[in-house]
Amino acid sequence: MGVMGSFKKFFKRLFNKKNARIGIYGPPNAGKTTLANRILRDWTGDAMGSVSHIAHETRRARRREGVTIQSNGGSISLDIIDTPGLATKIDFHEFMELGMNEAESKRRAKEATEGVIEAVKWLENLDGVILVMDATEDPYTQVNVTVIGNMEARNLPLLIVANKTDLPESSATSIREAFPQHPMVAISALEGKNIDTFYDEVAKRFG
Amino acid sequence: MDLVSEDRLAKMQPVEKIRFIIDEIKDGKILVLEKGLTPEEEATLIEMTMTQIEPDDFSGIEMESYPSQSDTSFLGKLLKKNVVRTRLTVIGPANKLKTLKKDRDMISALVSSK
Repeated sequence: MGVMGSFKKFFKRLFNKKNARIGIYGPPNAGKTTLANRILRDWTGDAMGSVSHIAHETRRARRREGVTIQSNGGSISLDIIDTPGLATKIDFHEFMELGMNEAESKRRAKEATEGVIEAVKWLENLDGVILVMDATEDPYTQVNVTVIGNMEARNLPLLIVANKTDLPESSATSIREAFPQHPMVAISALEGKNIDTFYDEVAKRFG
Repeated sequence: MDLVSEDRLAKMQPVEKIRFIIDEIKDGKILVLEKGLTPEEEATLIEMTMTQIEPDDFSGIEMESYPSQSDTSFLGKLLKKNVVRTRLTVIGPANKLKTLKKDRDMISALVSSK
């Protein structure tokens, strides 16, 4: 690191004690909470929340302050916000098809709508976003387009994560081709595959 | 289906645009917006849609816009704000509009009349 870089870091530490607030965003079931759990387990020994194959398991944003990530001989401290999955529609019938009763499905749908509102509101209070995409799905979803557009409009750093690369049908390449203007890292949050590269990118983008 | 010109939306304040879109969609219309919405307006539309969802009545919207294109002007760089060029957007009730395929420059959608 050059002299200027050292000065910059020194003054940043001196005058800016606040950690960067990084939101983990993405569509439902992309693996946001699995990634948040992986980060917390690796660096704090704790977990963020429960995960499920049923969409909208996370219906409240959860924040963990001061998560220190070490990478490339340095360290950065972040506040990590795991947000509910963003969606433009929520139909309680989809939960019933997965075995929930009607009352339970309607309650989950109602809570999911509140979660989406909370996730949208958080967008205005972040310093950067980790956008988690399911690498087995089409990347051109409206949620992805809207989150990327908001980060571009605010000129805030964005890191795209192509998740679920442990699955044979995954294609990180299609995500890279869809949004070539942004950095992307392909991982399996579940298995920890390529997670060190992910931490290097986090340090580079948000440090 | 209504094709909404850029001029028509440009006359509205952001909150009016969102209200107009939600009202039209709840009436069962599909809107094609010539110039689309800004990313911030898209986020507000998602937020407002969530407040309108009613079981057995309105399950939300299907919205499809192309990835935005940023024009970073000198002023934008100075203000640390990019100018995002908005593009054509299709919005409709989730039970009437379904996206079949989408890529950077093409949207294929199925419109149902039920």
